[in-house]
Amino acid sequence: MDSELLVVVLILAFAVVLIAGGLLLSRRAGGVGAAPSPTAPSPTERAPIAEAEAEAEAQLETITATEAQVVEPAVEAPAARPRLRDRLGKTRAAFAGALGGLSGRGKVDAETWEELEEALILADVGVPTATRILEDVKARAAREKADADGVLPLLKAELLDLLTPGERSLTFTTDEPNVWMFVGVNGVGKTTTIAKLARQQVTEGRTVVLAAADTFRAAAAEQLGHWAEAVGADLVRGQEGADPGSVVFDAMSAATGRGADLVLVDTAGRLHTKVNLMEELKKLRRIVDRTPGALKEVLLVVDASTGQNGLTQARQFTEAVEVTGVVLTKLDGTAKGGIVLAIQAELGIPVKVIGVGEGADDLVAFDPAEFVDALFA
Amino acid sequence: MFDALSDRFDGIFTRLRSRGKLNERDVDEVAREIRLALLEADVSVRVVKDFIARVKARAHGAEVQKSLSPAQQVIKIVHEELVTTLGGVSGKLEMSPKPPTVVMLCGLQGSGKTTATAKLARLLKGQGLGVLLVAADLQRPAAVEQLRVLGSRLDLPVWSAPDDGPKDPVAVARTSLEEAARLGKNVVIVDTAGRLHVDAELMDELRRVRDVVRPTDTLLVVDAMTGQEAVNVAAAFDEAVGLDGVVLTKIDGDARGGAALSVKEVVGKPILFVGTGEKVEDFEAFHPDRMASRILGMGDVLTLIEKAEEAFDEGAAAKAQEQLQKGQFTLEDFLDQMRQVKKMGPIGNLLRMMPGMPKELRQAEVGEGELARIEAIICSMTPTERRDPALINGSRRVRIARGSGTTTSEVNALLKQFKMVQQMMRSMAGGKRPKLKGLAGMDLSELTGGH
Repeated sequence: MDSELLVVVLILAFAVVLIAGGLLLSRRAGGVGAAPSPTAPSPTERAPIAEAEAEAEAQLETITATEAQVVEPAVEAPAARPRLRDRLGKTRAAFAGALGGLSGRGKVDAETWEELEEALILADVGVPTATRILEDVKARAAREKADADGVLPLLKAELLDLLTPGERSLTFTTDEPNVWMFVGVNGVGKTTTIAKLARQQVTEGRTVVLAAADTFRAAAAEQLGHWAEAVGADLVRGQEGADPGSVVFDAMSAATGRGADLVLVDTAGRLHTKVNLMEELKKLRRIVDRTPGALKEVLLVVDASTGQNGLTQARQFTEAVEVTGVVLTKLDGTAKGGIVLAIQAELGIPVKVIGVGEGADDLVAFDPAEFVDALFA
Repeated sequence: MFDALSDRFDGIFTRLRSRGKLNERDVDEVAREIRLALLEADVSVRVVKDFIARVKARAHGAEVQKSLSPAQQVIKIVHEELVTTLGGVSGKLEMSPKPPTVVMLCGLQGSGKTTATAKLARLLKGQGLGVLLVAADLQRPAAVEQLRVLGSRLDLPVWSAPDDGPKDPVAVARTSLEEAARLGKNVVIVDTAGRLHVDAELMDELRRVRDVVRPTDTLLVVDAMTGQEAVNVAAAFDEAVGLDGVVLTKIDGDARGGAALSVKEVVGKPILFVGTGEKVEDFEAFHPDRMASRILGMGDVLTLIEKAEEAFDEGAAAKAQEQLQKGQFTLEDFLDQMRQVKKMGPIGNLLRMMPGMPKELRQAEVGEGELARIEAIICSMTPTERRDPALINGSRRVRIARGSGTTTSEVNALLKQFKMVQQMMRSMAGGKRPKLKGLAGMDLSELTGGH
């Protein structure tokens, strides 16, 4: 394409962006937002389809509410659950005491706040979230006249408050199909997470179907198949390059046919910026949704070493398929996974499960207090 | 979310313009903004500190003080420093004078080693080299299978452990050299298992693999989305096996990729390649200047152009150009073009790549829903209305609003904005040689509802 045409193309792209953005802004500003015409839905509301969906959802909620007594948390902490602290002990030794210099300093000065900010940023919490958190802590410190010794406990309390809200157990209802879907960008550990969860669920006596809906990555189905065999779960797979929708459909029918308790859907890793792949993901969700109420969890798998892009990932994935929780993997390195703080603060999506090692038992329920301690370890 | 660096500077410098000169406090304020931009891009805290010190030193210098537009001058310095830090010119893969050249890829789990192995192999094969792939990742189930599939797609041999034999990556690595000699291959690419840099046992295994294959190039594969952890990883791998270069993967997302800067600073070795997509051909040499713009959030026109080239076909663009020049660009054409633009990716991403967008727009998080709305409105118009919007009177507006599930005020807003953009485009594309230049200097505030 010659350069002149290219310029035209770019002008067109600009035009589209400007008009779309302008329309959005003018609507938000309320400038054109005179009283909505009586014949059309108010501009702040979504299209009728969205409303219908919302309604359906509300119904769904009431259904689950009435059945609340049979809902039980699926992942209970095993008795001898590996402690995050133990896992981290060795690797974090080098970092321990990074904030040790705080104590005995007396007055809280600018330098103290800077060090705290740095600690949060080093943990990948991100500047905006770190600033917000520290502002609250500053206010608390001023109110309680805390000295340097008291600041860290205040910060920890603040982080704990931030992480505490939200349902953190994985939803499972007996006597009906349960589907947990795993989504995320490439290489975060979706398949491995599913393998570990499958083993735990099978051990608890549940019948599990694994749906290998990652038909894109070479040998992804083989990888899942290997695990299915190892843990004693059923595998439903398609040909490589096959429509992942058909795999999900087959898995749903297989689960119904065999009376399985739980379907774990492994989806292909995809960058949240790829429109077509995100559309494909929405389609997979719609296929599961044909069995009303079956989809219990949509779990976003996030690698602990992810930086600020993690927040964008969470935002896009939840916009596409309504993420219900985060699985934070690979926490056994030195990465602290602080981005989940930003995800919870901005989007209200809680962390449900964390991965702290290679073994099947190394996938455990998320404990906010432990996590906060580890942030500064 | 995050404003482009140039925007933030503009704010600071507008205040200063009357005074002209930069005093120490101004420079400090600028430095704070740069720091924020870099941290937001996941550049390591430690690296940011050094970097800021260098920029500060230069900003205090004469080149800025004498400059007529200190803001632009400082941005230029930051950009230059970034490019220099990222490696200046593009690096190259070292080739052994005595074949085979051995390339060993290592990195964390999930960074994209196996994919990078196949992509690099394709690149080298294209250069006429004979490549043997070595699957030394015996940890992850089906990793060998994955490389075998990729190898067969590329029509390249893959060497690994026998399926029922012992899983010893060191042995696989050792025998791979004999296999390369037997097949007469001059490049051997070794895919190793992903490992945590703190896993002493596996790092030791990596060292032993290195000792038997003695790589010409040892490359660290790093995910562009990596956060502060990047420095620890790079330092640990470098210490364990000695790195010669870096492969940055998954840059087709919207991560700013500050990890590239961190890794480069720590390892001191060039970033050689970037993975730009899921397909095996999506692999290219690294461009420090593009990465610098991206880290600073300064818009990435080059990437934008590439996306445009992919999405638009020449005929459609030529037709649009003609209509623009004749001043006959109608809502109908706009609808066509909008569908093309959609193929370039999420509109929010496009917006971030475009330089000079108004701040309100960048913060608005324009989503695909906006496009759907516009499409609905235009599709609810008759063909005559699309060609001549002046026809659209009150009752037509009500009909269009009803048909598209929007409001009359939204229909009005669209018509008003289309008119403005139409004029704008006419002035840009009207001449013999269309120019983009006008866009940057234009007052776009009217478009955004006049606030």
